[in-house]
Amino acid sequence: MTGASGSAAHLRVEDVTLSFGGVKALKGVSFAAEAGKITAVIGPNGAGKTSVFNCISGFYRPSAGRILLDDQDIGRVSPPKRAARGLARSFQNIALFRGMTVLDNIKLGRHAHMKTSLLDAFLYAGRAAREEEELRREVEERIIDFLEIDHIRNQPVSVLSYGLQKRVELARALAMQPRILLLDEPVAGMNREETEDMARFILDVKEEWGVSILMVEHDMGLIMDISDHVIVLNFGEVIASGQPAQVQADPHVAEAYLGSGDPAALMKRLAEEAAH
Amino acid sequence: MSDFLFFIEVSLAGLGSGALLALTALAFVLIYKATRVVNLAVGEILMLGGYLFFAFAAGAGLSPWLALPLAVVGGGILGAVVERGIIRPMLGEAAISVFMVTVGLGSVLVGFTELIWGADPRSLPAFISTKPLFLGEAYVSRKIAVAFVVAAVVIGVFLMLFRFWRGGVALRATATDQAAAYSCGINVPGVFSIAWIIGCATAAGAGILLGAIGGISPTMGVFGLSALVVVIVGGLDSILGALVGGLALGLIQSWTSTYLGGEYTNVVTFGILIVALMIRPYGLFGTHEIERL
Repeated sequence: MTGASGSAAHLRVEDVTLSFGGVKALKGVSFAAEAGKITAVIGPNGAGKTSVFNCISGFYRPSAGRILLDDQDIGRVSPPKRAARGLARSFQNIALFRGMTVLDNIKLGRHAHMKTSLLDAFLYAGRAAREEEELRREVEERIIDFLEIDHIRNQPVSVLSYGLQKRVELARALAMQPRILLLDEPVAGMNREETEDMARFILDVKEEWGVSILMVEHDMGLIMDISDHVIVLNFGEVIASGQPAQVQADPHVAEAYLGSGDPAALMKRLAEEAAH
Repeated sequence: MSDFLFFIEVSLAGLGSGALLALTALAFVLIYKATRVVNLAVGEILMLGGYLFFAFAAGAGLSPWLALPLAVVGGGILGAVVERGIIRPMLGEAAISVFMVTVGLGSVLVGFTELIWGADPRSLPAFISTKPLFLGEAYVSRKIAVAFVVAAVVIGVFLMLFRFWRGGVALRATATDQAAAYSCGINVPGVFSIAWIIGCATAAGAGILLGAIGGISPTMGVFGLSALVVVIVGGLDSILGALVGGLALGLIQSWTSTYLGGEYTNVVTFGILIVALMIRPYGLFGTHEIERL
């Protein structure tokens, strides 16, 4: 097994700045996701949450700052190599391989760790067959059981409900044998029951699989229930961080989400922002 | 009875050129599947394949059996250079812009070929025996039979690769969702390169076979337009569509030119295109989500 499973990874984002043209999506963002913990990134729409995720997974290259996975700078590492180092992610809008079955989707998650040359594939012997075998066992016995998707394994993903598709995406990410898992809005658009299932899975991933989790989410109930540490972004800056209860009590956070509540103060705040 | 025999012979010739159409269509499909680019220069790359073979076999005096793989590799190298130098920098641009760039590339290749080898048609050194071949009583040109067998084998290998090789699965995954494939550890730029290399090498190989049958000229890239009809009718992302569509169009063209006259070939070919686009805009075997150009 060439995978990197076993030890949870910790991730540090140091002073990351990202600009699109003249717009600064991130302004010197720093935070850490501790090994074996669930860290949540919250903030109003447009705060830069998904931008941070895209920097971490390598889709965007920050104009300044460093991203450290277990103290190694991965800023110049390509996304497939980041995957091989144990970084897996899910997407805000489900990004499954439509037209393929659930099982095929999950198998593709193992791609990062497989080493089979074209020649082997022609001969279809030796390592290719063993790898395939090993993969199948692992996939079937562990992930599918764990996520309770046995009954749909041979169905094309496009016919599944939204909640199940999210679950398949999690399964594919787990098949990558990650040491840290980035979840972009794992329960967005889910009903109460689906959300509770997903919360249970996320907690189990942390505890039974020993994977660190960094997630972006809007569902405050979920965040207060399961996360160990919360980071609040607003306009591309970290405005608060700490344990869920601390963050909830922070007046800056309430203001970022709701405004101050007083229309006069709100007008004043808008005027201040316009002046900047 | 002899009428029927004649019909069989015409049909066999049609299947032979149909196999070449299918092979060329495969070049379109491979590149489109991986990169969502309709490479209109496939016909010109095919032409260049014929000329590379000519250069190695007639110019440099190499054995045709050495010139053949060299010309195919040359086509692959051209594919790699084009992908790396022209297509990848345009990643994220509108499909129509990339499409137009490949149209321009086709013209550049034609000009380049005329500069080096001149505009006159040439014939390739013979490397397939001209002894006639009989299937039962029906006569088939040996060149056409060889072209058919080669094309059939190559397409068969591709079908197998897509099913059983993980690289084929990676290509399918890339075609479905590039971002997801990238984050699953699939080397998406690598998949792009490989698709262009294999696609252009395939086109170059088809060019050698086509040149062996009918000679080479800078305008032989027009053959690519017939292959484009095949992929549009068969589905831009379907290997099976390329195979079935290629054989069908080969038969239809052969029947048309024999029974109606050569001037009807293009009328019928592009008439089929128009009808197919009206009935099934995504192709007979293609998936529904293809954007229209």
